[in-house]
Amino acid sequence: MLSYIGRRASHSIISVLGLLALVFFLTRLTGDPSSLFLPLDSTLEARQAFARLHGFDQPIHWQFLNYLRDLVSLDFGQSVRQNRSAMEIALEAFPQTLKLAFVAMALAIALAIVAGSIAATRPGGFFDRIVSLVSLTGASAPDFWIAIVGILVFAVSFDLLPTSGTGSLAHWIMPVFVLALRPFGLLVQVVRGTMLSALSAPYIKTARAKGLRRKEIIFGHALRNSLLPVITVAGDLTAGLVNGAVIVETVFGWPGIGKLMIDAIILRDFAVVQSTILVTATAIFVLNICIDLLYAVLDPRIRY
Amino acid sequence: MSPTSKSTSPLLTVENLTVDFLSDESPVRAVNAVSFDVSRGETLVILGESGSGKSVSTSAVMDLIDQPPGDIVSGRISFDGAPIGNLRGEPRRLINGQKIAMIFQDPLAYLNPVYTVGRQIVEIFACHGVASGKEARERSIELLRRVGIPEPDTRIDQYPHQFSGGQRQRVMIAMAIALKPDLLIADEPTTALDVSVQAQILDLLRDLQNETGMALILITHDLEVAASMADRVIVMNRGEIVEAGVARDVFTSPRHAYTKKLISALPHGDTAEGGNRRSTIPSGETVLKVENLTKEYLFSQGLFGKKQSFRAVNDVNFEIRKGETLGIVGESGSGKSSVARMLLRLTEPTAGRAIFAGEDIFSMNQARLLAFRRKVQMVFQDPYGSMNPRMSVHAIISEPWAIHGDILPQARWKDRVVELLELVGLNPEHVDRYPHQFSGGQRQRIAIARALASEPDLIICDEAVSALDVSIQAQIIDLLADLRTRLGLSYIFITHDLPIVRHFADRIVVMKQGEIVEDGSTSAIFANPVHPYTQSLLEATPVPKWMAVRAPRPTGRARDALTL
Repeated sequence: MLSYIGRRASHSIISVLGLLALVFFLTRLTGDPSSLFLPLDSTLEARQAFARLHGFDQPIHWQFLNYLRDLVSLDFGQSVRQNRSAMEIALEAFPQTLKLAFVAMALAIALAIVAGSIAATRPGGFFDRIVSLVSLTGASAPDFWIAIVGILVFAVSFDLLPTSGTGSLAHWIMPVFVLALRPFGLLVQVVRGTMLSALSAPYIKTARAKGLRRKEIIFGHALRNSLLPVITVAGDLTAGLVNGAVIVETVFGWPGIGKLMIDAIILRDFAVVQSTILVTATAIFVLNICIDLLYAVLDPRIRY
Repeated sequence: MSPTSKSTSPLLTVENLTVDFLSDESPVRAVNAVSFDVSRGETLVILGESGSGKSVSTSAVMDLIDQPPGDIVSGRISFDGAPIGNLRGEPRRLINGQKIAMIFQDPLAYLNPVYTVGRQIVEIFACHGVASGKEARERSIELLRRVGIPEPDTRIDQYPHQFSGGQRQRVMIAMAIALKPDLLIADEPTTALDVSVQAQILDLLRDLQNETGMALILITHDLEVAASMADRVIVMNRGEIVEAGVARDVFTSPRHAYTKKLISALPHGDTAEGGNRRSTIPSGETVLKVENLTKEYLFSQGLFGKKQSFRAVNDVNFEIRKGETLGIVGESGSGKSSVARMLLRLTEPTAGRAIFAGEDIFSMNQARLLAFRRKVQMVFQDPYGSMNPRMSVHAIISEPWAIHGDILPQARWKDRVVELLELVGLNPEHVDRYPHQFSGGQRQRIAIARALASEPDLIICDEAVSALDVSIQAQIIDLLADLRTRLGLSYIFITHDLPIVRHFADRIVVMKQGEIVEDGSTSAIFANPVHPYTQSLLEATPVPKWMAVRAPRPTGRARDALTL
C-alpha cells in the first residue's frame, strides 16, 4: 500500500510540474503587470525599473528556469501587490476554502444518502418524486443565480442574513447552502441509482430470508455496497470545491482561495496565481489518495 | 421445534398457489395452481428446468417475491398449522431465519461481499435476539466447524471472496442452520459447484437433516441430484406441477410426457436410447498438436503481499485429428479454460508450442493470426454474454464475412445466413430478430451458426452446454455431432461434466490443477479410470436415494459397468 502511495505521488509530481509550466506561460500571456501596477503616466524608466525588480525583463524561458530553481528551494515568489511571500497569502486563504468546502460537502453527502436511500426503497413513490424534483433543480440551477437571489431575498429584503463576508455563524448559512445544492442534487441521483441496484442484489434476498429488519437490510447491507460509486462522484465534486468555489466565494466575499485566485489573475500577480494553483493541486492529489484508500476500506476486494 | 407438534400433519402446506409477474404487455403467469406439502424429516424435491416456476413457489413461502412486479393471485400457505402467506414485518421475522431458512444457487452473489462471513452469521443470532457479542461469535465458529470449514476461528474474519465455491456454500448453510430451522429450502444449492464438491454439500445437507430432523425442500434441475436426495418429487413445467409422487416411482416409471422426456435426456441415463454420438470417421491427419503448453500467472496477496507465481497450466500435451472430438474435462481451476484461451491467443502462453496446419500459433504475426482465427472458432458457455445485444441475427452471423473479406461476396450473405440457420435447426425467418428474443438453447444455436460462418476446421466449445437445461443439452450435442459428420469438423469440447462427453468425445483428457492427469479413449476412461482423480469424478455422480438405502455407497465404477 505504501508503495502504491509512493507510485501515485511520483505520478502526481509530474502532472503538477506540467500544470505549473502551463500556468506560468499562460499567465504571462495576459500582459505586462507593470501596466496595471504603475500609474498610467509613469515613465519608461520607471516601468523598466519595476520589470527589472521582479525579473520580468528577462527572456521568458529564463524566467521559468529561475522559477523552477526557486521552487526547489521552496521559494514560491513574492506577491507584486502585497510585497510578501505569495505562498503565505495562498496558505492564509486556503483554510477558509477548505472549511467551506468540507461543511458544504458533508451536508450534501449526508442529506443525499438519507434522501436517496429512502427514495430508492419506493421508486416512483411520492417521496421519490419530490426528491427527484429537488435534486434536478439543485443540480441544474446556476449557483451564481441562486447566490444572488439568495442575497436579494434573505439579506436585502428580509435582512435575516448578512450579504457577504465572514465572522458569525450567520455568514456561513448562504455560502454553505448554495455550495451544497449542486453536489446534493447530483449525489441524490447517484445514491438512488446504486441503492436501487443494491436492493435488488441477491444478498438482499439472503438478508430477507435471514429475517433481518427492514432498516438493517437497507442501511446495513444495501447502503454499504452502494457507497463506492457515491464516493467516486463525491470525491470529484469535493475536488471542484477545494479548487476554489470561485463564483460563490466572489459573490459572498468569502476570503478563500478561489477569490484570491480571481483577484490575482485580474491584477496579474503571477506569483500568487502560481502559488494558489500549487496549493489546490496538492490538495486534490491528497484528496484522491484518500478516496482510493477509502475504497479499500469499504470494499475488502479492493487491494493495492 | 416444539415436540408436541410432532404429528403426522405436514409441516408446510402450499395450496393452489398462483403467481403472476407484471410486465409491460400482459401479466405473465409464473406459477399456476401449485399445491405441495412437506413433513418433518422429509425431503421434497421440486424438479424442473429454468423458467418452470420452481423457485417462485418457494420464494412465496418466505415472502421473497417483490410485489410489484410479482403478484400473488391466489394461494394458501400454512406452516405448522398457521397461515403465513400474508405475514409481514415482525411476525414474518419469527418465521424467516428462525423456522424456515433458505440457501441459494450462487453463494458468491448471495453473500454480502463487503462483510466478513463472521459478521453475516453473527447477525442472525443478534437480529433474532438469541445471542450477541462473544457468545454469538463462538456459536458462529462452532457452526462453521460443523459445516466443515477448516480453521474456523481464523476464517470467520475473512470475506466471502476469500473462500472457494464449495466453502461459500458451506457458509450459506451455516447461516441457514444457525437457529435450527424446522424447514430448510435449498434452491439449486449445488448447481454452481464442481461435481466432487456437489457430493460433499449434498452429504452435508443429508447429515444435518438426520441430526435435526428438519424438513428439506430441494429445488433443482439436475435429475441425479434429485434422485439422490428425494423422498418425494414434484416435477414442474411452465408453472404447473406435471407429476408428483414418491421419488422411486417418478424416476423409474415416469407417467407424464414431460418427465419422460426429461429423464430420457440424461446424457448417461438410458444408453440404448441415448445412443452413441461419437465420431465414425476414422482418424485422419493431425489438425492441432499442442506441446508443453504452460501458463504462469503472477499475483500478489493481501495489502502488503509480495508477488508470487502460480502455474495455471503446466506442461500440457495433446493432439487432435480431423473429424475427432477431444474432451477436456476438469473442475473449475483445473486450467481447462486457460488452455482454450491460449489456443486462440486470447492469453499469451508462458511456454510451449501449438502446431496448427504446420505453423506454431504462438509465433504467428497479426496477419497470420487473422487467417488462423478464421479456421478456429469458439463457442462460449453463455451465448447471451458473447453476443452483441444490439446486433440482429443476420449481423451476428455475417460479421465474420465482413472481417475476413475473402470468404463470401456480400451478395451471397443473405442466402448463406439462411442456410446456416437451417443447418443449426433455427427458423430462417428469424434473421432480423435480436439475441434477447431467443431462448438459451436457440442462442447457443446462433453461436454455433456464427462459428460455422467462417468455415472453420476446428471449433473449441468452452462449457458450451453447461448453462442449458438437460433436454436442451442433448439437442445441442446432437447438433454438434451431426455437423461433425457432415462438415468434417474437429472439436475441443471443454466441460466440467464428465458424463456429458461420454457419448460424444472420441478421446478425453482429464485435467487437474493445470496438469493432465489422465488421457485416453473415451471408452477406456469410463471402463477403467486409472488416476484416482478420474475415479473420484466418476464416483462423485450422485446415487439414487432408493438405491443408496440398500447399498450405502456403490462405487461409480460399479454403477457404470451396468450401463456401459
